[in-house]
Amino acid sequence: MRPLTPRRILGICGLLMGVLFVAVVLALRMGAYPIGVTDIVKTLFHGAIGRWDEIPSEYRLVVFGLRLPRIALGILVGASLSVAGAGFQALLRNPLADPYVLGVSSGAALGAIISLAVVPHVPGAIQAAAFAGAALTITAVYLLGRRGGQLDSATLLLAGIVTASFLSAVIMFLMTTLTGRDLRGMAFWLMGDLASPPPTTNVLGWFGFLFFVFVVAAGAIYTTSSDLNLILTGEQEARHLGVNVNRVKLVVYVGASILTGLAVSVSGAIGYVGLLVPHVMRMLFGTDYRLLIPASVIGGAIAIVVADTLARTVVAPTELPVGAMTALAGAPVFIYLMRRRVR
Amino acid sequence: MRAAGSGAILANPAGMPGERRAVRLKVEQASYAYAATDRSAPKFTLGPASFGAEQREIVTILGPNASGKSTMLRLLAGLIKPLSGRIEVDGTEVCELELRTRAQRIALVQQESELLFPLRVWEYVLQGRYPYGRRLRFESEEDCLLAGNALAQVGADALRDRWMDHLSGGEKQRVILARALAQQPSLLLLDEPTQHLDIGGKVELLRRLRKLADGNRYTVIVVTHELNLAAEFSDRIVLLHKGKCLRVGTAAEVYEQGLLEEVFEAPLDVEMRTSGRPRVILREGN
Repeated sequence: MRPLTPRRILGICGLLMGVLFVAVVLALRMGAYPIGVTDIVKTLFHGAIGRWDEIPSEYRLVVFGLRLPRIALGILVGASLSVAGAGFQALLRNPLADPYVLGVSSGAALGAIISLAVVPHVPGAIQAAAFAGAALTITAVYLLGRRGGQLDSATLLLAGIVTASFLSAVIMFLMTTLTGRDLRGMAFWLMGDLASPPPTTNVLGWFGFLFFVFVVAAGAIYTTSSDLNLILTGEQEARHLGVNVNRVKLVVYVGASILTGLAVSVSGAIGYVGLLVPHVMRMLFGTDYRLLIPASVIGGAIAIVVADTLARTVVAPTELPVGAMTALAGAPVFIYLMRRRVR
Repeated sequence: MRAAGSGAILANPAGMPGERRAVRLKVEQASYAYAATDRSAPKFTLGPASFGAEQREIVTILGPNASGKSTMLRLLAGLIKPLSGRIEVDGTEVCELELRTRAQRIALVQQESELLFPLRVWEYVLQGRYPYGRRLRFESEEDCLLAGNALAQVGADALRDRWMDHLSGGEKQRVILARALAQQPSLLLLDEPTQHLDIGGKVELLRRLRKLADGNRYTVIVVTHELNLAAEFSDRIVLLHKGKCLRVGTAAEVYEQGLLEEVFEAPLDVEMRTSGRPRVILREGN
C-alpha cells in the first residue's frame, strides 16, 4: 500500500517543471533570428533578476518582446485545456471527453465571435462571452447525451460532435456575413493559433489577468480532486461515501467551462490537448486526481509549447496553426482509446 | 463517540452473555412513493413499514422482484427521504445526518459500477476512509492500517496489489465488502450480495457476514430474494410484496406456505428442520 503523499506530488511536478523549462528554452531558440542556448539561459536569468541593462537590445526584443509572450500564452492555453479535459472526463465519466470533441470549444469560439461583433473594444468581454458559450454548450451536450435519464457514453460523444459541427456552421455563417473582418485571420484563429498579439499594450497586466483567472478556476477544480477520484468509481458509490456529488459537479462544470472559455478566447479552438495530456499523465503517474491535475497543468504547457514550436518551424518560414499540430497527434490517440474501450 | 466504531474493525470479543443488545436501527411506519412527475399519481408506493435491528443481528429484506426491496434499502441508506414515518440509526434520523457523518455510520455494498480507469485493490479499499479525511484527504498511516485490516477481515489480503478489473466475481465482492468495512460503519447494508456468486461463494459470504456481525457488533441488513439462504442466516426477516410489508419475524414465523406461495407466485413447500430454521422447496407436479 503506497498512498499518495504531497511529497510525491511535489517531486513529480518538479520533474515536469524541469522538462517544461527545457522545452521553453528550445522554443526560444527556434526561429528566424538565431540565438544560442547559453545566451537564452543568460538572458532569462538576467531578466529574472531584473538586470535588463546586461541584455543586448536585440535579445530583449526577440526573447521578451516576441517569443516569450507567445510561449507564455501557450503555457496558459495548454494548462487550461488539459485541466478542463481532465475535469470533463470525471464529470461526464467518459475518458474520451475533451473540450474540443464535446463541442465546448466551438461554443466558446461562437461566444467570442459574437462578442467581437457586438462589443469589439471592451476588455475581458471576449473571455466572458467565451465562458458563456462554453457553459451553454456543455449544458446542451449533457442534456442531449442522456438516454432514459442516464448519461450514455456513445450518445454523449455523438451529441458533442453534432453540436460542434452545428456551431461551426453558425460560425461560418457569421464570418461570411460580418464583412470588413480579416477572414483568413479568423480561419486561422478557429484552427487554434497562438500568433495573435495581446489586445492591450499592457502585456504584463494582460497576462496577469489571464493567469489569475486560470489559477482561480483550476484551483477550484483541484479542491474537488479527492471527490473526483470517488466519482470516477461510481456516482452512486461516491454519494454513499459522503461526497456531495452535486456541489462537486457544479464546481467542475463551471471551472472547466471558464478554463475552456479562457483558452479559446486567446487562441481559438485547439483540439485534443485536453484528451491527450490527461491520458499520458494517467499512463505515467496513475489515475489519482490529486496528482493528475497538477501534472496535467504542466504536461499541457509542455505539449503546447512543443506543438507550437513545431508549428512554427516544420514549414518555416510559413506557419501552421498549432491546432493542426495537436489534431495530427490527438486524433489517432482518440481513435486508439475508442477502439480499446469498444474491445 | 466514535470510540466504539474505531474498535469495531479489530476483532471484538463477543459480548457478555445475557447483555442487553442496543437497538441500532429503528424503522417506524416509513413509506415512500415514486411518481413520474410531481403532480402525477405515484407509480409505486412502499410501506408504511416498521421494524428494528439490534447489534450483531442480520436482518434480511426479502421479496420477489419489484417488491420494494431496493427502495427500502435506499431509505435505510438515507439516499431518499421517507414520505412519512421515521428511520433512525443509533437514535438519529438517517436523512438528517450530514453526508460524511452518514458515511461513517452506514456503509452500502452494491454491485460495483464499471470502473473508468484501472485501480489497485488497496486504492479501492482506501476510498472507504474518505468520510474521515479532510480537504484533499491524503491518507494517513492509520487509514492504511484500517484498510489493511478490512482486507484481512474478508480474507483478501493476498489481493492487495491486484488490479480491480482482474478479479473474479467472488474476489471483487470481498473487496467491495472490505471497502465498506474500512468505513467503520455500525450499519452494513448489502444489496443482492449473492447475485453473481456460485453456491460456495454464497455460503462463504454469508458465513463471513455472520462472523462480522457477531465479532464486530455490526448490524447487517441484506436485501435478497433467496429464500433458503435468508432462512439459514437471518435473525429476522422483513417480507415485502408489491410495496407492502407483509410480515416481520424469524424465518420460522415468516415462512408460511400459503404466504410464500402468494408472494413468490410459485408452488412451494415449507419444511421445518430440526435446527428450527425452515427450508423451502419447489413442489413437484402441476
